[in-house]
Formats: sequence, structure tokens, C-alpha cells
Amino acid sequence: MIEVKNLVKRYGNHCAVDHLSFTVEDGQIFGFLGPNGAGKSTTMNMITGCLAATEGDVVIEGHNILEEPEAARRCVGYLPELPPLYDDMTVREYLSFAAELKKIPKAERENQIGRVVALTHLEDAAGRLIRNLSKGYRQRVGLAQAILGFPRIIILDEPTVGLDPKQVVEIREMVRSLAREHTVLISSHILSEIREICDHVLIIRKGKFVACDTPEHLEELLSANNQTELLVRGTREETERILASVEGLRPASFADGGGDAVRVALSADRDVRESLFFAFAKAGTPLLELRPRMASLEDVFLNLTDDDDQVAAGAAALLQREAAPACAAPADEAAREETPEPGAENPEPDGEAVPEKKEGADDESHL
Amino acid sequence: MKAIYKRELSSYFNSMIGWVFIAVSTVFIGIYFMVYNLFSGKPYFSDALSATLFVFMLTIPLLTMRSMAEERRTRTDQLLLSAPVSIPAVILGKYFALLTVFLIPTALSCLCPLIIKLNGTAFLRADYATIFAFFLLGALEIAIGLLISSLTESQILAAVGTFCALLLLFLWDGLVHYLPTSRRGSLIGLLLLLALLCYLLAALSSNRKLAWGAGAAGAAAAAAFYLKVPAKFENLLPNVLGKFSPLGAFDAFASDHVFDLRGLLLYLSLTVLMLFLTDQVVQKRRWN
Repeated sequence: MIEVKNLVKRYGNHCAVDHLSFTVEDGQIFGFLGPNGAGKSTTMNMITGCLAATEGDVVIEGHNILEEPEAARRCVGYLPELPPLYDDMTVREYLSFAAELKKIPKAERENQIGRVVALTHLEDAAGRLIRNLSKGYRQRVGLAQAILGFPRIIILDEPTVGLDPKQVVEIREMVRSLAREHTVLISSHILSEIREICDHVLIIRKGKFVACDTPEHLEELLSANNQTELLVRGTREETERILASVEGLRPASFADGGGDAVRVALSADRDVRESLFFAFAKAGTPLLELRPRMASLEDVFLNLTDDDDQVAAGAAALLQREAAPACAAPADEAAREETPEPGAENPEPDGEAVPEKKEGADDESHL
Repeated sequence: MKAIYKRELSSYFNSMIGWVFIAVSTVFIGIYFMVYNLFSGKPYFSDALSATLFVFMLTIPLLTMRSMAEERRTRTDQLLLSAPVSIPAVILGKYFALLTVFLIPTALSCLCPLIIKLNGTAFLRADYATIFAFFLLGALEIAIGLLISSLTESQILAAVGTFCALLLLFLWDGLVHYLPTSRRGSLIGLLLLLALLCYLLAALSSNRKLAWGAGAAGAAAAAAFYLKVPAKFENLLPNVLGKFSPLGAFDAFASDHVFDLRGLLLYLSLTVLMLFLTDQVVQKRRWN
């Protein structure tokens, strides 16, 4: 477990990391996301003790990195942004140096190096001089060094930068397999990567905490604006008429859906999918498509880390504002299901919905 | 520490630098030995050895220049800093590796007094004591090189800086004569020295109050002393600084054939000071 409390790093007047706090639980793959220069590497360097924080604490597995540096570092394997390799050594020499440096008992060293070499697919390169290795191999040697000794926490700073797509996939696979037994903290400015492998994301911008959540939840939060897209078979006028009967809609935008269909994009202040369904069903107008428009993590990220302070603040505010209703929503739903006479708010469509729904529920209970 | 020592040592011998250092040192010791002892017939090997000192002034910067600077340039220092080893252990590992390289030509030079002995009268005790002093002086020079190498990322700057520092050591005795001998001059010089020490204190402790306090106390003590016994300030600066002459101690062994324990202690304590400062430089960088 890594606990980062109120971490601050100042270089003169420039504040590289500004009161950052987060906790990485055991067994997580924790993604550390931010654009270039957001302070990711600085934070990682502080977590590993390469840099000292101006203020704040880093506690690794209960050891404060500044008070018990050796005990704390023993739990950590670190691959910095630039793999720390000695060009004049062969891969095997380098790894056995790293093993000795990490105080792995002599008897286990050979075995561990063998395992690490196999994990990072370095068998062919083991006897080669690091000087002569390509970028991808160098990265793998760096990774092998980081996982050597199989520390509880593995910290990887942009491990896939500069690799070709195949190597990127390989490294991802490796990280995923490591995560079964280790806590992995991984940084990146590439979103798809984080999204693919991480089960928790921390977004920082200009050294400041922006958001910390699961990727899915972050998307959900930002899409909680209830944007819905419809594809309706019928004319625009007809659609407008039906929409007018649904409460709580904001003005919709229409587009040609091809053939005799209309595409509608609308937003509302609550989840209107059910109401829409019943409204159209009642009018006998076929709904070809009804889908909520999710903001992708990409959008979230781009907005949250926008260079323009205002855009970023706006996105962050949305996140804060939506966080409360989004958390409350499941509770509401549960409450609604339990109440015997639901939906006084929307009498018309819900009136028909009730018996159907009840039947369904009864069926289930019979089964 | 052992891991770093082994890695450093093998890196000196994987690259040219270790071999070149040993070869150049041995060749020049050999040349001076031939000229001074074998052909001019001097019985003391120490004469030849003191003549080689300036060769080491040139080769030691080349040996030490990469020790810390290269780690920083290639970012391998992050490996060492994030590993479960302490910074003093890293520095000592590097320092002992350098010492081991330096020990090889020194050990080879131990043969020379025996060769003299084969051909006539030799003063083995004086010569071996000189070789011992020579090794400690070299150890001090290496520690200076290590410190300067830790200050920069550039090997060239480290080499040039170390060379200048070592040159200053060589010129020390000569320069001391040019220091002011008057009472007032001594006081001013003393205060300047005090300011330098306080600056160092401030840089090391990041505590300005402490440095100012120490400076004020020192200045007050010097002023009080100056007012009370002004006679003591006559020639004070050259006398005090002359005592720190690094080559003086070696000359006591080489020319006067005296076992100068005080000189050896000077070497050892200055070496420890340099290593301590190196540690401080590396620690300090993490806080910046």
C-alpha cells in the first residue's frame, strides 16, 4: 500500500507538485495520468525516494520513505522514465548487479534473474552489451530490473513510451500478469493504455489533484448529463410532438437519420430513457435506436487537463457537481423498485408501465 | 556497497580508463625511477616518487571525472537512489573502487626500493613510508576528484575542475607566502575565511540563521582576540594556512625522511571531509 499525503515539491517559485494526496491499495493497478509536465515523474521520484518532497509524506507499506528509506525501498521496484542502464555491462551482468544492489540473497539470485529474464522475454539478449540494444530491449531490461526481487510494489514511469505497437501490447500483458501478485503504479500520458489495464486512475494537472476513480466511474460521472440519442422512424414534426409530451427535456437537435428516419440528440436533467420509450410506444412510432451518449474517458481527460485553466476548471466542476447525484442514483432506483406505487411524477407513461413491470417482477419471484 | 564497488571496479577495467591510468602511472614512475635512481645514482626512491606527483595531478582527474558525473548524465543515479542502499554506501563503494585502481601502480612502485637494494644501499623504511604517504596523498586527491565529479554532469568540467583544485594544492606553499603578513591583513583574511565557512554551513544546513549566528560569533571572537592580543595576529594567516599544506606532509617523508604523523592525519581528515561533502552534495540534490 502506498499512502501519499499532501505531497508538495517546489523548485524555486515553480510548484511541480501541489498538495497531492492519494492511496494505492494492495493489488491495484493504479494509473497515473496527466499530460506532459503535469508532475507525474516528479511524484514517482518522490515516492521512490529519488527526490525529497518539500512538504508532505510518502508511506510505503507502513515505512516512511524519508525516515526508513531502506525498508521502504525494499518494497519497491522502480523503472524511471529513462531506464537506468549501464551501457558497458551485459544484460546478465546488469541484472546480477541490480540483484545484489537490492540485497537479494546470493542463493536466490540466479533463480530470480532467470525468472525475470523469462518474464520479459530477454533470453536472446542476456549476453549482449546493453550499449547495443534497441530501445524496446532497453525498456525491457529496465522493466526486468524493476521487477527483480519481486517487490510488493512496482512503479513504472511511462513504460511504453517509444515502443512499437507489438512491444506495447507485450508490456501491457506483462503488467497485467504482474498485477496478480503485485501492486502496480503506472504512469502515462496515453489514455487508452491506462484505460486498458488500470483499475484505478488518478488524473493530475499542473501538479494538482484533479480526479481519482475507476475509469468506468469517471466516464459515468461525466456522462451523467443524461445525453441521449434517438433514431426514430417518422417525420420530424411527429417526433417533436411526442417529445413535447415527455417532461424534463431540454430543446433537442434534429438531423436526418437516412431514409424515413430522424436522428435526435437531446439532453435532460434526469434519466429519461424509460419515459421516452413509453412515449414513443404509446404513439406507435418505432424507435430504431435509443442510446445514452457516454463521454469517453478521452473527453474527460482532455477537458480535465486542458491547458486553459477555465476549461479544466469547468470540467472539474462538472465532476464535483455530478459526483453527488451519481452516487445517489443507485439508491434512488432501489427505493423506487421497492415502493408499491411508483412514479407519481410521470403519471401518463408510468401508469402503463407499472403493471408490466410488476408482472415481470412476479415472474421472477415465481422462478 | 559491495555491489557498487564491484561494478565500478569492473567498469574501470571494461573501459580504457583504468588500464590507461595504470599504464601511464607505471610508465612515468618507471621513467623517473630510471633517471633519478638508476642513472643518477640517488639511493632514495622517494626522490623519484615526489617528482611523479605532478603526473598524478594530470591522471587523477581523468580517473575520477566520470565517477559521479556519468551517473547523473545517464540517469543511472536513479537506480542507486531508489535501491535499498544508503548514499554514503554508494559513495564509499565508488571511492574504494577508485582507490583500488590507484593502489595498483602504488603497489608496483613498491618494487623499486628493492631494485635499488639489489644494486647497493637502500633506505627501505624511509622509502616505504614515503610510498605510504604517497598513497594517502593520492587518496585525498581522489576524494577531491570524487567531490568535484558529484558537482557536475559533465565529465570534462569535472576533470578540469579537479585539475585546478589539485594545481592549487601544489601551489599552496608558494601562494601562502603571498598572503598578507600584517596584523590587519591577517584579520581581514581570517574574516574572509570565516565568511567562506559560513557560506558552506548555510549551503549544507539550509539554515541561514545558524550560519549567520556562527558567522557573527566567529567574527566577534576574532575581533575580541584581535583587540586583546594584537601581536598574535602578526603573520597569523600564512602560519595557519601553511599548516594545511598538503604537500608539506609528503615532503616531510620524501625529503626529510621523517615520519610525519600529523601530516598523515591531515590527509585522512581532509579525505573524510571530502567524502562527507560529496555525500552532502548528493543528498542536497534530492532536496532541491
